[in-house]
Amino acid sequence: MGKANARNRRGRSPGRAMSVLGAGLMAAGLLTGCGSSGGLKINIYYAPEDNFQKVVDQCNTKAGGRYEIVYNKLPRGADGQREQMVRRLAAGDEGLDILGLDVNWVAEFAEAGWAEEWTGEHKAQATAGVLPGPLETATWNGKLYAAPKNTNVQLLWYDDRVTPAPPETWDQMIDQALALKAQGKPSEILFTGAQYEGLVVIYNTLVESAGGRILSEDGKSVVMDEGAVKALEILKRVTSSGITNPSLTNQKEDEVRQQFQRGTGAFELNWPFVYPSYKKEKPEDLAHFKWATYPSVVPGQPARTTIGGYDLAVSTASRHKPEAFEAALCLRSPESQKFSALNDGVPPTIESLYTDTTPLDPSKPAGDDNPSMETQYPMRATILEALKNAAVRPLTPAYQNASTVMSKLLSPPSAIDPRATAEELRQQLADALESKGVIP
Amino acid sequence: MTVAEPAAPAATAAKGGKRAKPPLSEGKKAERRLGLLLCAPAAIVMIAVTGWPIIYSIWLSLQRYDLRFPGQQEFVGLDNYVAVLTNSYWWTSFGTTMLLTVVSVAIELVLGMALALIMHRTLVGRGLVRTVSLIPYGIVTVVAAFSWYYAWTPDTGYLANLIAPESALLTERLPSLAIIVLAEVWKTTPFMALLLMAGLALVPDDLLKAASMDGATAWQRFTKVMLPVMKPAILVALLFRTLDAFRIFDNIFVLTNGAQDTSSVSMQTYNNLIKGLNLGIGSTMAVLIFLTVAIIAFIFIKVFGTAAPGSDPGGKR
Repeated sequence: MGKANARNRRGRSPGRAMSVLGAGLMAAGLLTGCGSSGGLKINIYYAPEDNFQKVVDQCNTKAGGRYEIVYNKLPRGADGQREQMVRRLAAGDEGLDILGLDVNWVAEFAEAGWAEEWTGEHKAQATAGVLPGPLETATWNGKLYAAPKNTNVQLLWYDDRVTPAPPETWDQMIDQALALKAQGKPSEILFTGAQYEGLVVIYNTLVESAGGRILSEDGKSVVMDEGAVKALEILKRVTSSGITNPSLTNQKEDEVRQQFQRGTGAFELNWPFVYPSYKKEKPEDLAHFKWATYPSVVPGQPARTTIGGYDLAVSTASRHKPEAFEAALCLRSPESQKFSALNDGVPPTIESLYTDTTPLDPSKPAGDDNPSMETQYPMRATILEALKNAAVRPLTPAYQNASTVMSKLLSPPSAIDPRATAEELRQQLADALESKGVIP
Repeated sequence: MTVAEPAAPAATAAKGGKRAKPPLSEGKKAERRLGLLLCAPAAIVMIAVTGWPIIYSIWLSLQRYDLRFPGQQEFVGLDNYVAVLTNSYWWTSFGTTMLLTVVSVAIELVLGMALALIMHRTLVGRGLVRTVSLIPYGIVTVVAAFSWYYAWTPDTGYLANLIAPESALLTERLPSLAIIVLAEVWKTTPFMALLLMAGLALVPDDLLKAASMDGATAWQRFTKVMLPVMKPAILVALLFRTLDAFRIFDNIFVLTNGAQDTSSVSMQTYNNLIKGLNLGIGSTMAVLIFLTVAIIAFIFIKVFGTAAPGSDPGGKR
């Protein structure tokens, strides 16, 4: 009897909790319904960027009341951003108008039918003056599915007191690091070696720089040629010569940055965000913090560095597509890109901005409180040079699976057996492209 | 003859059970109908929110269904199960999960028992002691996991500097697993202790006094008197913790993100289902986890005879 009572009680209380929850959800639904009924709202879902709200405000002023752009901040991590958008889009959520896509998601969103194609006048505006690398990331099957908003490219950072002349090839870099180690000086080559996308970025750069390919042009089959094997050899060599950090396999971008600032590294392969951080945290050493393009794999041929960045797409489920296209174009217009570059440090996709010398407020002289591309981007020529030789990550709708498989098989890099690992990559990538196999 | 003898008591017990049910009067029947009607809405909601997702994920596990290729959805029978069960990644993470579960629950049981005995004997500030010892359980796992992560990061972490200043423990498999176990044990030992304390309260003081009168040592009193009386509570505590430990996710997610083969089955399911958007394979894994958890619970209840604390120990078998 007592047992039966207990069971009833147990059954009832979650039931009650559920009905309360259900009522709550319904109320929330009604409330959001009310919220969107006044005026035309264009919802952009985009990664957190400190001053992006100001860009949105400027575009709202330009829209003159025809619509209002609402900036919805996605999670900070790329995986979290993708998950949130994908979950909503798969459910046909009409509340998303503009999507902030990391450059390697465009193919996936286009193939799944979540991103609207850009055509005609919109396409012309979105592609005008854009560097070829960033433009390639927004294209899938020869069609444009997004407008490049900002790009990014890794550079080689070094301290000119430790290494007065930056290495031009990976071989030179490894030799220099070994020599520095023998002298007891800072010698580590720091890069993102954790088992995640960052390791895939390094690997892709090495493959492309060696003239190789991971996937075919159309993203439908695995290539993994000699260049891809050569890249595995380099990764193996660099991580098994005692010139990387002991924490290598747990380090992501920010840990790499901090490690270099702590002073055990001779070389840092990282995105340009490290410069403003260094400027802020170690201003006394800034004069010695130098940069160069990535070391190459084939002597005499420039490295092909993997680019990052964001593209803006219009959701196919949006009920206000014309306004969404217009708003997206404003948010990534040359003026907006320049504003974001100077305030948030995200490199523009439009080539002419790299030689733009007018400061943020053209009526005043440039300075720390009135930045221009010159003061904010002392490394802009190097970035532009790297961008012109840029490589993009393999374009495929199944990129996420391919990336998970690659980061697993490449980790830890010191355990790579070039031929065997290449064979494993060939097999597992083929399964991943078909979304058949199990990803780790 | 020898076979019939043990069967006989069981048969009478079963008959006795049936005989215990008195015939229902009309009023009782109406009352029962009303009771069922009143329960129905809650029961229907329960079925809708717990039953339906389980059925749906079983249905999904029989299909090739990737959110990114909606056009290629098709029924594939047990193909997904074959794909998962013949995959070495799955078995590696299954083994890792089992290892983590067994080791962490074993350590928790011993530590939890010690903690429970201490708290049971505490004379002053008993409430305060119990509350304080529960703090680790109250801290959000992800938050705690981050502090463990930083504590074990070379250069910045105090534990890394103290124990292994020259190496990065979180980048090697066994040390990583040990750190994950440590984080789990730290978090859930108090919970174990709390459940065991409820069991300790069941041990009558008279029994212990009688045992010591008969000359039993402290250890004998613990193993021969306290443990048997506490058995239901211990089994419930073990069952709860084993099921929980088998679903480990957050600590691994933060500490190693599954690198160096430290991935658990839950993490792998997350990677396939949420990150990989492969509903077929992901649901298959979810169903397999569900089955494993059900088997663990079945073994505990049917083989060890786990029951709710305080219930008649002979009643469950």
